[in-house]
Amino acid sequence: MSTYEAHGTYTPTSGIGKWVDARMPLPRMMYDSFVAYPVPRNLNYAYTFGGILSFMLISQILTGVVLAMHYVASTGLAFTSVENIMRDVNHGWLLRYMHSNGASFFFVAVYLHMFRGMYYGSYKAPRELLWILGCIIYLLMMATGFMGYVLPWGQMSFWGATVITGFFTAFPVVGQPIQELLLGGYAVGDPTLNRFFSLHYLLPFMIAGVVILHVWALHVTGQTNPTGIEVKSKTDTVAFTPYATIKDAFAMMVFFVVFAYFVFYLPNYLGHPDNYIEANPLVTPAHIVPEWYFLPFYAMLRAITFNVGPIDSKLGGVLVMFGSIALLFIMPWLDTSKVRSAVYRPWYKLFFWIFVANAIFLGWLGSKPAEGVYTMMAQIATLYYFVFFLIILPVLGLIETPRRLPNSITEAVLERNRKSGAQQVASGTAASPETRG
Amino acid sequence: MKHVIATIGAAALAMALVLPGANAAEEEGEQHTVHYPLKKPVEQDWSFAGPFGKYDKGQLQRGFKVYANVCSACHSLKRVAFRDFHELGYSEEEVDAIAAGYDVEDGPNADGEMFTRPGLPTDYFPSPYENEEQAKVANNGAIPPDFSLIAKARGVERGFPLFVFDVFTQYAEGGPDYIYSLLTGYGEEPAEHVVVPDGLYYNPHFGSGVALAMAQPLYGDDVEYDDGTPATIEQEAKDVAAFLMWAAEPHMTERKEMGFRVMLFLIIFAAFLYLAKKQVWSRVDH
Repeated sequence: MSTYEAHGTYTPTSGIGKWVDARMPLPRMMYDSFVAYPVPRNLNYAYTFGGILSFMLISQILTGVVLAMHYVASTGLAFTSVENIMRDVNHGWLLRYMHSNGASFFFVAVYLHMFRGMYYGSYKAPRELLWILGCIIYLLMMATGFMGYVLPWGQMSFWGATVITGFFTAFPVVGQPIQELLLGGYAVGDPTLNRFFSLHYLLPFMIAGVVILHVWALHVTGQTNPTGIEVKSKTDTVAFTPYATIKDAFAMMVFFVVFAYFVFYLPNYLGHPDNYIEANPLVTPAHIVPEWYFLPFYAMLRAITFNVGPIDSKLGGVLVMFGSIALLFIMPWLDTSKVRSAVYRPWYKLFFWIFVANAIFLGWLGSKPAEGVYTMMAQIATLYYFVFFLIILPVLGLIETPRRLPNSITEAVLERNRKSGAQQVASGTAASPETRG
Repeated sequence: MKHVIATIGAAALAMALVLPGANAAEEEGEQHTVHYPLKKPVEQDWSFAGPFGKYDKGQLQRGFKVYANVCSACHSLKRVAFRDFHELGYSEEEVDAIAAGYDVEDGPNADGEMFTRPGLPTDYFPSPYENEEQAKVANNGAIPPDFSLIAKARGVERGFPLFVFDVFTQYAEGGPDYIYSLLTGYGEEPAEHVVVPDGLYYNPHFGSGVALAMAQPLYGDDVEYDDGTPATIEQEAKDVAAFLMWAAEPHMTERKEMGFRVMLFLIIFAAFLYLAKKQVWSRVDH
């Protein structure tokens, strides 16, 4: 039994409250999880994306449910029904732009959330399962995002679906049957669109289920924090409400400002113009590109242009792409360092930021045609991606000398405040005495 | 935090140094596929650009006239209904009259026959061809695309770093810029190494080749504007591009107006939340 479950101070006062608490203590669980739950007092804004992601999931489900009331999953009518939503459904344009840009911002938040986890070592013991559940959510998100992009039945929908389901044919023997199962035939058509619509409706609820497990696991182990040191005493933590709730709410509102900026002013910026052309199996677009959030993986897929023994370049590319995601799952065991936070790992910090820049670079390469110098750059960037996981993470933990760790979160906080306080005093005596409040 | 910013800066700098080199290498290297269009679209000033952009109804009406008199001979506008024309500033009677100016096929009637009747506001814009095959045979094998979404379905890749700046300048007029540039881009002599296939017309602004199947459609004075605006080719091209943007995104003005209110609310609410957060957190060292 974790110490985190021993903080319950929920005492129902009303008669109904006591009655419910004795029978099914759901209010008690909510109170313990989102009010009394202790969080480290030094969490920064990088820790606010969990709340943002929960809200984005809810927003996607709500807008999606209404869109589904107007959408027709048929190759002859899908595109027209989406245009009908855009033109004639009351505020249909708002729902659709919120949903399509919401998918993008869901991924913006999840990438920042994942990078935060990598930077502060949130995947390390005892949080391996928490991390793996997160990876499963990410995988489900990718499947949902991909199938959602197919539904408007534009040119990129159709050809993206053709290319991506084509990956599976790279696998010998089982590949062809898997592809036919996914498509419901030999090519992307009505059966494909119908099953993608069905799955696109189903998967978000599976995500919601895994999110509950993810939060459960989080509340058993407790959150990490920028120092990477475990909570040791009560002074290390503050109550979730009001401290974390108000901070999360502020961060969420700032995130929404950026989200709304895209929805209302640049709703098609993150999309592709070709998707406003109805799908046509007889006309192939000049460049088939997936949505931006898949571009790094697309670049890695196309970087493999050579055969390795019995593995041809197509299978090699698919293996590299799936492998790049599989590596995330085993990351807790690839990192050999006992120190969690990059704050105290100078070399890891450097390689981490190169990894981030490399991922963005791969994304840019994914949007470029796979030819000439782009292919070579993609190969180098792919190499770094794998070297980071398979060589840097294991080796660095053995040879790196971490910086001195503070004894506790409280000590780290007080030490930092002492330093910045000393700076303030030195920087000016004119500072008003009541800066607090 | 300073370290973080410094590292990001260093990474960005490194990328900025590498990328121009990469482009240069690409240009020097062996001949790759040529990227179209040969010439980037010429950016225009649009009344509907920016956070407070609005459609200019006079311009939309002029653009509609160009579409109706010139483009509609070959290009359909099948997702736009006559009733939508209220948004162009036409009155009920004018919309009725515009609709009645078109023949619409209806039926079958009680005798099982299809019949033609004058259009009603609830009708959609009739297409110039019965079907794609007819469109193809009338146009030398090329199907003139439907115009309902053309302003959102065309866009020239902006490239790095322009696509980053576009977020801040709210550049979302790639479609109308492209249409304007294409319509005014005819008449140039192709460079020597450019081979123009037979039956196609050279246009360096065309997005997917050196030449397209459509001959120059506008020459200036193709229509006579009701408001007395001189119908130069540039004016006509700009007006019809604006009209097509409206056809593709009829709720844009409404969207931007709502956007302003939403942004204002979110920013003020965020400011209050920030103050509340400061107040709450002032109780502990953190």
